[in-house]
Amino acid sequence: MGNLLLLGAEAIARAAIDAGISGIYAYPGTPSTEITSYVQNDPEALQQGIRSNWSANEKTAYEAALGMSFVGKRAMVCMKHVGLNVAADAFINSAITGVNGGLVLVVADDPSMHSSQNEQDSRFFGKFAMIPVLEPANQQEAYDAVFHGFELSEKFQLPVMLRVTTRLSHSRSGIIRKAALHQKNLALPVDPMQFMLLPAYARKYYHQLIEIQSDLEEASEASPFNQLQINKPGSTGVLACGLAYNYLMENISEKLSDYNILKIAQYPLPRKLVEKLFKNSSKVLILEEGYPLYEELLRGFLPNEKSIPIEGRLDHVVSREGELNPDNVAMALGIKKNTTAGKEMVLTSRPPSLCQGCSHHDVFDALNAALADVENSQVFADIGCYTLGALPPYNAVNTCVDMGASITMAKGAADGGFRPAVAVIGDSTFTHSGMTGLLDAVNDGSPITLIISDNSTTAMTGGQNSSGTGKLKEICLGIGVEEAHIRMLEPLGKNHDYNMQVLREEFAYDGVSVIIAQRECIQTQLRRKKTEKKDEPLVRNCKH
Amino acid sequence: MKKDIILAGVGGQGILSIAAVIDYAALSLGYNVKQAEVHGMSQRGGAVQSHLRISSTRIYSDLIPLMGADLIISVEPLESLRYLPYLQPEGWVFTSRDCFKNISNYPDEDELFQQISQLPNKIAVDAEKLAREAGSVKASNMVMLGVAAPFLGIEIENLKLAIESIFTDKGQKIIDINLRSFDAGLACSREI
Repeated sequence: MGNLLLLGAEAIARAAIDAGISGIYAYPGTPSTEITSYVQNDPEALQQGIRSNWSANEKTAYEAALGMSFVGKRAMVCMKHVGLNVAADAFINSAITGVNGGLVLVVADDPSMHSSQNEQDSRFFGKFAMIPVLEPANQQEAYDAVFHGFELSEKFQLPVMLRVTTRLSHSRSGIIRKAALHQKNLALPVDPMQFMLLPAYARKYYHQLIEIQSDLEEASEASPFNQLQINKPGSTGVLACGLAYNYLMENISEKLSDYNILKIAQYPLPRKLVEKLFKNSSKVLILEEGYPLYEELLRGFLPNEKSIPIEGRLDHVVSREGELNPDNVAMALGIKKNTTAGKEMVLTSRPPSLCQGCSHHDVFDALNAALADVENSQVFADIGCYTLGALPPYNAVNTCVDMGASITMAKGAADGGFRPAVAVIGDSTFTHSGMTGLLDAVNDGSPITLIISDNSTTAMTGGQNSSGTGKLKEICLGIGVEEAHIRMLEPLGKNHDYNMQVLREEFAYDGVSVIIAQRECIQTQLRRKKTEKKDEPLVRNCKH
Repeated sequence: MKKDIILAGVGGQGILSIAAVIDYAALSLGYNVKQAEVHGMSQRGGAVQSHLRISSTRIYSDLIPLMGADLIISVEPLESLRYLPYLQPEGWVFTSRDCFKNISNYPDEDELFQQISQLPNKIAVDAEKLAREAGSVKASNMVMLGVAAPFLGIEIENLKLAIESIFTDKGQKIIDINLRSFDAGLACSREI
């Protein structure tokens, strides 16, 4: 048994500290947040001066990590799956430049969309960038994969992706630590043009990236993370990727001798191991936690009569969507019939809701009142706690697409003639991806009313620091919003009438208005007061 | 030794503290532990659950299969019913009787308790009242742990040591409140 009980996310953080990183970069996003917060709170990381503050968004995080790698240090960058869309430009191009110090990108996918707007599979991105991808099955393997990832990254001079999902990230298990490594010394790239992607250089580096693919495949063939067990030639084979291996073993650990198993936790897919599995099996079930990425590849586009039967998500032997679990894998194996049939309880659901006393309540009250007389009013919203304003009792907002889209969608609607074009965004989302959209609106003179519901934190993910705290008015002024149309409100019940009046005035204005409704998140306020209380006697002692 | 436990409640009710105590006790006895939690959006006043698995042999899945759980421990009565499909036919349900009504369509209390009383193996207690008597209503989660304690396959003494360790940073007063709450829950269980 391990000596530390850690969440998968925390195991990754622990391993990063132990593997000698000099910095970790991230923007909060479920289910990846706990990796960075663990480093921020770890005494050893603090002592070693490991850099760990939150970044403004995933792209700035990725680029900073690449810069740290440029000078020869090990760096980790973490994000949720949709965060990689934001960082994609930096990510894809970093596969062309390659790295200097080891660079591990951790992406936490969210199949079944527990806290996300889609369930995209980041292994596609890894394959697209043509870099090694590690997909650990359990917490210990996640810990070990970080060490292995840095070694691979430095060996091949490429960024390495560590892909996890919600279930691994947010589940605890015992971890055995390895001996900690020292941080690396400053060392500039040997080739001074390595990071210079002028087309003439980029063509050369892209060619090298293609050339190295066979080496990456060889590394996968030999990787301890990929294991082939031919237990009974001619029987059913199972190709189990990442977490799927756990659900497989939950069901067949006592009848192993009936199955051939290829456990995959390192990509590119090892061709020889897959061939051996297929040669020794009568059919193959493919279990992937995410999209049927490799299933599609192995089936081929046209029917292949020579191939043994393949089962998976594409023929609905496994559900085409949602995460795997011990039950749907049991059904896919033919071990269990649908046990939920007829057993579904009809119970009142309890969806998440805004906390009592939250400032967003007062913002939505004022907004709904201000729009009460407007026929067919629409409000463009964004990603954060305030997205819950879409649900009863508020039904106050109509869209949630991606970080920052409230502003630019309101702009597009305004450009198309819609009035009033109202956007609601949180302070952290505004600095993540809203500022550039606001600049577009100012440059175009698009008549939008932007409400920044400013609770001075990244609340939805647990109250991490928000990069624009205390600077929002100055940012809007700097972007070019007229001072007369930057209105400051305090979202409280007692100010309801005034706040509603201000909103109405700005809806009527034919230009860009920003309304900053500032009141601290009650959760962070509560925590802050607790810490202050705890620190009080210390402060008093200092005075003596 | 193998126990599969579902912990249920509403975000903020302290089910992860129950998990932390059981985890600590199980690890100190050398058992394997896996415990899946809910973080993120659902924590905002929504239904939350944790799958906690303890075993003397290797545990593969972080999730408990349907009809696989030995026990459901719930800090809220409506939530105690939500995960019944995960319970074995002979499994036990331990729940608080304190309704947490943050939804407008909360079911009728009589009907709810009627449903709970029809379960074959259950103990429902006034956890908040017992916790208040023990010193703090916040410790109703430890009351529920106490109720379930004889069914966990872990010695009572190990659970108490775990409570002391988990709350050690909060001071002796908090430790004592939690231990008294645990004992109050345990007493309910032993009456039956």
